Amino acid sequence: MDLLEYQGKQLFRKHGVPTPEGRHATSVAEAVQAAEDLGYPVVVKAQVQIGGRGKAGGIKLAKDRSEADAHAEAILGMDIRGFTVHEVYVERASEIDEEYYAAIVFDRAAKKPMAMLSRMGGMDVEEVAEKDPDAMRMLHVDPLVGFQDFQGRRLAFEAGIAPDVIRPVGAMIGKLYELFVGEDATLVEVNPLLITKDREVVALDAKVTVDGSALYRHPDVAEMRDLSAEDEQERMAKERGLTYVKLDGNVGILGNGAGLVMSTLDVVAQAGGKPANFLDAGGGSKAEAITSAVEVILSDDKVTAVLFNIFGGITRCDEVARGLIEAFEQIEPDVPFVVRLDGTNDKEGRALLAEASLPNVHTETTMLGAAEKVVELAG
Amino acid sequence: MAILVDRDTKLCVSGITGREGTFHSLRNRDYGTQVVAGVTPGKGGQDVDGIPVFDTFKAAVAETGANTAMIFVPPRFAADSILEAEDAGIGLIIAITEGIPAHDELRVYNHLQRGDSRLIGPNCPGILSPGKANVGIIPAQFFKEGNVGLVSRSGTLTYQIGNELAQRGFGNSSIVGIGGDPVPGSSFIDVIELFEADPETELIVMCGEIGGSAEEEAADYIAEHVSKPVLAYIAGFTAPPGKTMGHAGAIVSGSKGTAAAKAEALEAKGVRVGRNPTQVAEIAVEILGARV
Repeated sequence: MDLLEYQGKQLFRKHGVPTPEGRHATSVAEAVQAAEDLGYPVVVKAQVQIGGRGKAGGIKLAKDRSEADAHAEAILGMDIRGFTVHEVYVERASEIDEEYYAAIVFDRAAKKPMAMLSRMGGMDVEEVAEKDPDAMRMLHVDPLVGFQDFQGRRLAFEAGIAPDVIRPVGAMIGKLYELFVGEDATLVEVNPLLITKDREVVALDAKVTVDGSALYRHPDVAEMRDLSAEDEQERMAKERGLTYVKLDGNVGILGNGAGLVMSTLDVVAQAGGKPANFLDAGGGSKAEAITSAVEVILSDDKVTAVLFNIFGGITRCDEVARGLIEAFEQIEPDVPFVVRLDGTNDKEGRALLAEASLPNVHTETTMLGAAEKVVELAG
Repeated sequence: MAILVDRDTKLCVSGITGREGTFHSLRNRDYGTQVVAGVTPGKGGQDVDGIPVFDTFKAAVAETGANTAMIFVPPRFAADSILEAEDAGIGLIIAITEGIPAHDELRVYNHLQRGDSRLIGPNCPGILSPGKANVGIIPAQFFKEGNVGLVSRSGTLTYQIGNELAQRGFGNSSIVGIGGDPVPGSSFIDVIELFEADPETELIVMCGEIGGSAEEEAADYIAEHVSKPVLAYIAGFTAPPGKTMGHAGAIVSGSKGTAAAKAEALEAKGVRVGRNPTQVAEIAVEILGARV
């Protein structure tokens, strides 16, 4: 789960990572009040889950009340690369002397956390990495021992940052690591890590990704929401406990097992179709679960046909067929369905479907055959 | 021969008294697996259809000589249970549980690296050695003994590919689910190494998916160390970046971990990659010859 900047900064403050003072606002009036309380100049920042906010006009400096009002008015409701801005963060402006970059990432290949520091911050890291690979210094942390002071110093010396801030920058990386472990984060990124004109070290931005599987340990984080990042179907699916990802095509997809569903999307694309979604129904034999999943898929207006791809293992195809028949009685969908049942009790399942002779439901035995059929029907 | 589980497997199930734990433990026993014990703290002295239950792994191992553990407990207890099995001296731990926090997996992984126990999973369907033993939730009825070693990050996709192979007459030496989490206890490389050494295995099929770099690392390993033919399938060509596709580990981060990059890395090292499950089976026929 990706957090918004202001949410990430709440965690920063909790773990002693210095950030400029700021307030969260969802209306122009709230934003102006926040600016008045903080004292000018302030920066009004769009809270959306996408890079390049500044370039898109989502980050503006306000020197007085009328500017704060104008910027909040312009930014709230703004569309930044497909994300609508519902929230802003109003922050006391900092005087910039230098901009660095710091991060703790989850290195899957090494299976260890990795701490990173660069004296070239405030820009796209991948760009910096290409232009000047030596600018980014990194080291792995043993998760059983934890981050050590020497590691912070080593990164700071190796990155070649200004001598007067080596200790505070090293200390900040240590605190970022505490946050990384303490909040079950999989990414903590500060870009830019700011050195102010007064030579203070502050985190000017915050990018934090937390592990969805660990939210039970962090009820405060579990309540953090990002209104702009969820679309209608994804919100609906989450409420129903379904694993759903919205895509931009017109072939609705439902299957059992994450790998099989991913493979189904690929096979539909190979057949010339465009998948509308990823939806893993899991065991998925119960009518209730199938109804719930079909409702989410069909709430996307773009969907013109649906592929239901089941390989029955422990889940039996006849149970799935019964669930499907019951679901169809409740929903009465108006787009064609292709149902592929294979595996345990597949013949019985297909016989049940044939007997029920559901309108607009086509049964198939193979994945490739089903993909071709649904692409043809989707138009 | 087979790898990891066979007739000598003596299984102890953590979470055997739970609904799913009981169901699958008994299924595994029906298949012929020696299920010698279960562990549920506080239920020591009870039994599940004749399988004795112990309070601790230590007691289970002492009393029954269990050498393999299967972890079926909910995610918040799973890391603890894996570490308990390791502490009791169990050499092979198979974790079925989905949803274990990534930091727990990191600690477990790095701890196990310092000892001799091997972890398969978590978030995996387990291991089946047809005709010998089934540990986990793989539907055994589709698979028979044979010469194809199958290793996969996904459950149902494994059954799909295994079934396509079975329809063409191929059986399996072993089928190993390594799981869909970001920090699997064992990698493709760990399992491919075992298949390479297994005299029964003639062809290795690896089934990967988006996220991480395990397939790329396997490609390099295969080129260096594997003499047997390896055939691959990768799921997730249509997955958008930044979205977790069901499995916690199945995510394209920026431009990293795409299916295209994985297929390319494997093909560059001479590993053939099927574009769909059916094609995988067709290539297997080309490599090993028709069986039906």
